[in-house]
Amino acid sequence: MYNFPDSSGHFGPYGGIYMAETLIPAVEELRSQYLRFRDDAEFKAEFAYELKHYVGRPSPIYHAKRLSDDLGGAQIYLKREDLNHTGAHKINNAIGQALLAKRMGKKRVIAETGAGMHGVATATVAARFGMECVVYMGAEDIQRQAPNVFRMKLLGATVVPVESGSKTLKDACNEAIRDWVTNVESTFYIFGTAAGPHPYPMMVRDFQCVIGNEAKVQMPEMIGRQPDAVIACVGGGSNAIGMFYPYIEEKNVRIIGVEAGGHGVGSGAHAAPLTANAKVGVLHGNKVYLMQDENGQIIETHSISAGLDYPGVGPEHCLLKDLGRAEYVAITDDEALAAFDALCRFEGIIPALESSHALAHAMKIAPGMARDKVLLVNLSGRGDKDMNTVARIKGITL
Amino acid sequence: MSRIQTTFDKLKQQQRRALIPFFTAGDPKPAITVPLLHAMVAAGADVIELGVPFSDPMADGPTIQRASERALKHGMSLRGVLDMVAEFRKQDSTTPLVLMGYGNPIEAMGWETFARRCAEVGVDGVLTVDFPPEESHEAFEHLQAHGIDPIFLIAPTTNEARIELVARLARGYVYYVSLKGVTGAGNLDLSDIAHKIPQLRKHIRLPIGVGFGIRDAATAHAVSKLCDGVVVGSRIVQEIENSSEQKVLENVAKLVRELRVAIDQA
Ligand SMILES: Cc1ncc(COP(=O)(O)O)c(C=O)c1O
Repeated sequence: MYNFPDSSGHFGPYGGIYMAETLIPAVEELRSQYLRFRDDAEFKAEFAYELKHYVGRPSPIYHAKRLSDDLGGAQIYLKREDLNHTGAHKINNAIGQALLAKRMGKKRVIAETGAGMHGVATATVAARFGMECVVYMGAEDIQRQAPNVFRMKLLGATVVPVESGSKTLKDACNEAIRDWVTNVESTFYIFGTAAGPHPYPMMVRDFQCVIGNEAKVQMPEMIGRQPDAVIACVGGGSNAIGMFYPYIEEKNVRIIGVEAGGHGVGSGAHAAPLTANAKVGVLHGNKVYLMQDENGQIIETHSISAGLDYPGVGPEHCLLKDLGRAEYVAITDDEALAAFDALCRFEGIIPALESSHALAHAMKIAPGMARDKVLLVNLSGRGDKDMNTVARIKGITL
Repeated sequence: MSRIQTTFDKLKQQQRRALIPFFTAGDPKPAITVPLLHAMVAAGADVIELGVPFSDPMADGPTIQRASERALKHGMSLRGVLDMVAEFRKQDSTTPLVLMGYGNPIEAMGWETFARRCAEVGVDGVLTVDFPPEESHEAFEHLQAHGIDPIFLIAPTTNEARIELVARLARGYVYYVSLKGVTGAGNLDLSDIAHKIPQLRKHIRLPIGVGFGIRDAATAHAVSKLCDGVVVGSRIVQEIENSSEQKVLENVAKLVRELRVAIDQA
């Protein structure tokens, strides 16, 4: 039976609590509080209530029939996380952590954000529960995802631009960790993906598993069985693990994670540590496959999608890769953009550029499969935030 | 006996406290690092913590972040730092050197290779900021095998059980982080240090150094009365940053001398 992490937060050789001493008591406290409330009936009921009435769950599954017909192969189904309140899966986790923060008496929350979706989700739940909120965001991402910056401010959050390093998600993480170490007593760090020090990879996974758990009920209702494969994009890996985890023991279901191939994995300009078989290393509290140079310095990544533009990946995906239970592939910027366009035109759905990576892989393999095969793609978010990026690529000024 | 222990024993006999400057290797240029080490020793440093630059220095404030960036821009690497230590040891066989940094460059080199190289070139201790005792089994094993002291941090947030854990694993000295925050912050709390050090002494036999946020001679003096060694980092890195190439050795030596005088004052 698959049962990870172990009690010290390791997924096989991955994961752990690689943090400075000042924060170790904080992550230990977080772990013990989470373990206490995870099975608490009142906590579970409140979480379920918020997901239903505030987020709008369950999110539907939609058969992308016109797109599937055009491809002429396997049927593509979409798990519509883009329809959630705030427009992505990120809110599932943000609510879970905010409920925990409330129980731990924390009145101030901080977050890192890449695409801005996790920042918006955190700002949203902070407003919802009356907490002060500070979001760290790389200066480059602030340019790429301007609409989300404005949304966070409307919601009452302070957005702090991060100018260090590559000015993207990893640098925003560094800065959030610096804030946490300084304000550790008053502050809850709402971490946005299934990575970081234990218990975050486990806790974020648990909160996101609502995606896969719903799908496991919905698919039999729609098609009388489970899909042949589940497919999700992998940045840090939270939407993916939320979809994958409930399917791990369903041995007939292929599990496929899609990383950001940027200009191509061979080009070096990508954000696909699993696909590229990057060396294992330590960053942001966990040991994972990590893009680095021969001296162990973290290298700059590239992806058209800010939410996937990260040199590491969550520890559970590292383990699933090693176990061979999940496959990891990469999709280039151009392929993702083509999938983005296709979904707009064939189905009237504008997907996030992150989610477009997962869709692009489904579109790549569907034509080679029989028409009665089913691919379930996690459509992790909507593309409203990406209007500027896509317009710029098409040479249009908004 | 190790250089670290010899140094602290001697200071204890003289009823003096250790002055432990920190700076980043390769900042602003690799060529200056070995001369800086010698200049600090001449000006009164007892132990030197040499920072290994890392691309993502999460525990550091802006001053040391910039130092890391400057050093990396000049191609500084862990291998390069070890070569510098070898160079330093040609002229100085007594001053303890501690490498301080983040774990990933060491992971990339491999702990066994790293520990062996440390022993070969004359590194005395290793402090890996983001490797708490829980994740230090492999590091500990290899460092011990080569006679290198693993140095651990204790923070204001560290509880009694963890103090005991550190007491069991630590060698050389223990580094008490005097504030909640990143390096270079300005909110050091003397009364917290005065309260905490006796608590640490209940479990820890090793000398205790205190650092983070010590920015001037007066604070260095006050802190030195409470512990066995005073670590000064960001203030020295700032001096390096603000000095011209011609003046940097002189300015840093002057600062170290001021700190020395303050610490030695009754
Ligand atoms: C819509 C969307 N999908 C996916 C991601 C990637 O994150 P994760 O891999 O944690 O799901 C993001 C991150 O910002 C996102 O906004």
